[in-house]
Amino acid sequence: MSKWAAPTGVSLADCAQARLRGRYRAERRFRYCGIAAICLALGMLGVLFATILAQGLPVLTQTQIGLDVAFAPGILDPDGTGEAETLARADYRKLARNALRTVIPEASGRRDKRALAKMLSIGAEEELRDAVLADPTLVGQTKRIWLTAGADFDALNKGTIARTGAESDRRLSDKQIAWFDALDANGQVRRAFNSRFFTAGDSREPELAGVLGAVVGTLYALAITLLLAFPLGVMAAVYLEEFAPKNRWTGIVEVNINNLAAVPSIVFGLLGLAVFLNFFGLPRSAPLVGGMVLALMTLPTIIIAARASLKAVPPSIREAALGIGASPMQTVTHHVLPLAMPGILTGTIIGMARALGETAPLLMIGMVAFIADIPSRVTDPASVLPVQVFLWADAPERAFAERTAAAILVLLTVLVAMNLSAVILRKKFERRW
Amino acid sequence: MNLLTLTTALLVLAALAYRVGQRRALRLRTDQRLAALPSHYGAYVALWCGLPAAALLVLWLIGESQIVRLLVVGALPAESQGLAPAQLDLVLDEVARIAAGTNLFEDDSLAAAAARYSALRGISDLAKAVVVMAAAVAGLVAGQHLVVARLRARDAVERLVRGALMAASTMAILGTIGIVASMLLETIRFFQQVSPLAFFTGLEWSPQTAIRADQVGSSGAFGAIPVFAGTAMITLIAMIVAVPIGLMAAIHTAEYASPRARAIIKPLLEVLAGIPTVVYGFFAALTVGPTLRRLGDTIGLDVASESALAAGLVMGVMIIPFVSSLSDDVINAVPQALRDGAYALGSTQSEVIVRVVLPAALHGIVGAVLLAVSRAIGETMIVVMAAGLAANLSANPLQATTTVTVQIATLLVGDQVFDSAKTLAAFALGMVLFMATLGLNIIALRVVTRYRQAYE
Repeated sequence: MSKWAAPTGVSLADCAQARLRGRYRAERRFRYCGIAAICLALGMLGVLFATILAQGLPVLTQTQIGLDVAFAPGILDPDGTGEAETLARADYRKLARNALRTVIPEASGRRDKRALAKMLSIGAEEELRDAVLADPTLVGQTKRIWLTAGADFDALNKGTIARTGAESDRRLSDKQIAWFDALDANGQVRRAFNSRFFTAGDSREPELAGVLGAVVGTLYALAITLLLAFPLGVMAAVYLEEFAPKNRWTGIVEVNINNLAAVPSIVFGLLGLAVFLNFFGLPRSAPLVGGMVLALMTLPTIIIAARASLKAVPPSIREAALGIGASPMQTVTHHVLPLAMPGILTGTIIGMARALGETAPLLMIGMVAFIADIPSRVTDPASVLPVQVFLWADAPERAFAERTAAAILVLLTVLVAMNLSAVILRKKFERRW
Repeated sequence: MNLLTLTTALLVLAALAYRVGQRRALRLRTDQRLAALPSHYGAYVALWCGLPAAALLVLWLIGESQIVRLLVVGALPAESQGLAPAQLDLVLDEVARIAAGTNLFEDDSLAAAAARYSALRGISDLAKAVVVMAAAVAGLVAGQHLVVARLRARDAVERLVRGALMAASTMAILGTIGIVASMLLETIRFFQQVSPLAFFTGLEWSPQTAIRADQVGSSGAFGAIPVFAGTAMITLIAMIVAVPIGLMAAIHTAEYASPRARAIIKPLLEVLAGIPTVVYGFFAALTVGPTLRRLGDTIGLDVASESALAAGLVMGVMIIPFVSSLSDDVINAVPQALRDGAYALGSTQSEVIVRVVLPAALHGIVGAVLLAVSRAIGETMIVVMAAGLAANLSANPLQATTTVTVQIATLLVGDQVFDSAKTLAAFALGMVLFMATLGLNIIALRVVTRYRQAYE
């Protein structure tokens, strides 16, 4: 108490008042500390979402350049056969470049021509081919076609790369910017919904890359996870909660389940690599193996949730069923399990949501390869959404950073949907006995 | 006939068997008393039909590739037969590709083997289908004959189901055994090449080894201290961020916040735990890292763009909800009587919390922090994306460091010869990681349960 000892000549009441004021100040400080901590944590959450939204949303649109393409028969179909095969193999790059040069005739030298060609994506050739194959009567006509712009010009149009500053530091030269601005002033530049991002697989070109391959891979892997982990998890929970005798063995099983729930995810990846790939010889990079590893990870979550919700079913239900002659198994399958099902499903959805966001174990089993195709079977090499995020985040092009953020948005949307459905399920079926 | 069709056919047959058993039981019921419900007889026959056939199918699938392999090796050209197992695998893969018509180039020397391979595969597929379906039909017939009125079908079916439930509950043990066994074997192999002493006390970590004998490359150094030190530093930074913020947030939600504010704040904090770690990694690598670097430039500090600080800060944010929700639970579990006693002595609310509630909840909070540490040690994606690869033994958080998980990930991603010291080192690190997290979790759970007992 020496801290608060009254100096001589000051009344005890004043001293007590001062002391009280000090204590209240400390109280307020403590309170503000708590509020500050919460604000800090939620502020980080806000910054995280804001950065990702700001980076990811521009990907929803894609810059297109409208060119009056002369579908010259000399390039497309020199012999005039009109066969689809000839048309499919024609030189569409030349077609696209000719169209560009007619709009911007001042690009003459080799370097200028090359700089000009960058204005269109490599995918533009494909788009021209598809247009011709869809409508062969185009041959010989001139028609305005909207083609996908190159990644740098797309960024220029969206204002995400610098227009000023030293030319050597910039992705685009003054000339390129001037050409683009001329086209823009002419009404030949537009931004359209980027449907390719949702319908294409991965690509080396940012403007052509899409998430569909990763989404399909994720669906396959999660389907495998659900097929394995849900029945096994529910069965294990039913056994442990309803049938297992309380003995040493059950104790070991329970300790194991709790331990498994706390093992770092990368260790499951090591298990997958050593056991599933090297021992059983299952294919690398396949959603099948990914799903198996994730199932092992999700299993403890489902078991723990299922046990909790089985435990919540009151014993009177069991006694009533047993009393009218049901066997223990009938009691469980006809009465206890249906009543516990909403809780089990909620736990399963939460476990699946966690599995959906898991990346590290999938890296271990080789799901980091560049895969442009959309997988059609569970044994095909595939990528999954979080791994796609990882791969794109590593790519040097700035345009890929935006696509990473957009892929994260897709991932978060799915996660939010899953968690919301879990919350709704819980709200709707929650029963207090 | 492919596997999917075969499985579907088997399921259809089992469904049919169910109907057959049920019908038969219903017919019996017209003049006799049954020992179980007709549906139990149905299930009984369905199990007789489906189970042996399914078991046969699984056995076949396990044995098939081995037997086909043995027979195909016989048809290989003589020089290929004498190859080492690993190279033989490559040749056999090629044979499979030729047989499937997906090989990129023609190789006539393997044509005979490929033809043999497709022939064997065809025979095997056909035989598999015939044998499995025959077993199913035989099971159906046998099961149907066993159905008599006094058969206790319910008991029989339920015994089996109970066995299946028990088998399912041992999956967790199988998982643990799988983890320990796979890592232990590789770790032992690693320690045959690198001495444990060098691993646990060595100060230099450069795992790049020559893959082939004739290659020029470093011989590799496997002193794991820098890796452990990096892990410790990033975990420490994460804890410096997460523990005060998480604890203060928990105190506020548990003691000060109104029920309504609590209902909003708690789920929002939980959102932080639900965000995939790869998202945090992206945030750390592309936003926090560059921001720190710019900040460092303005005040004249040299900050690497991949720094321990960036990874640690972001990891700390990720860990906050672990600390806060567990601490919140233990603070709520402190008996109200303790608080009331302190209030009666004239304490302010903060004095009650700091002098009474927190000491009473200390065990639980320590447990929560330990669990958070174990989570931080095992976290992979944030550090892989934001902390760098170079194993520097330095205490400067502004430099790039590496962690156990980063090393595991980088050592095993990409094509590797599987028994080189480099890949085996990843398993040794994995084993250390597994042991460390397991130990922390066990201690944390002990601490928490002992605390709970004190007030119950």
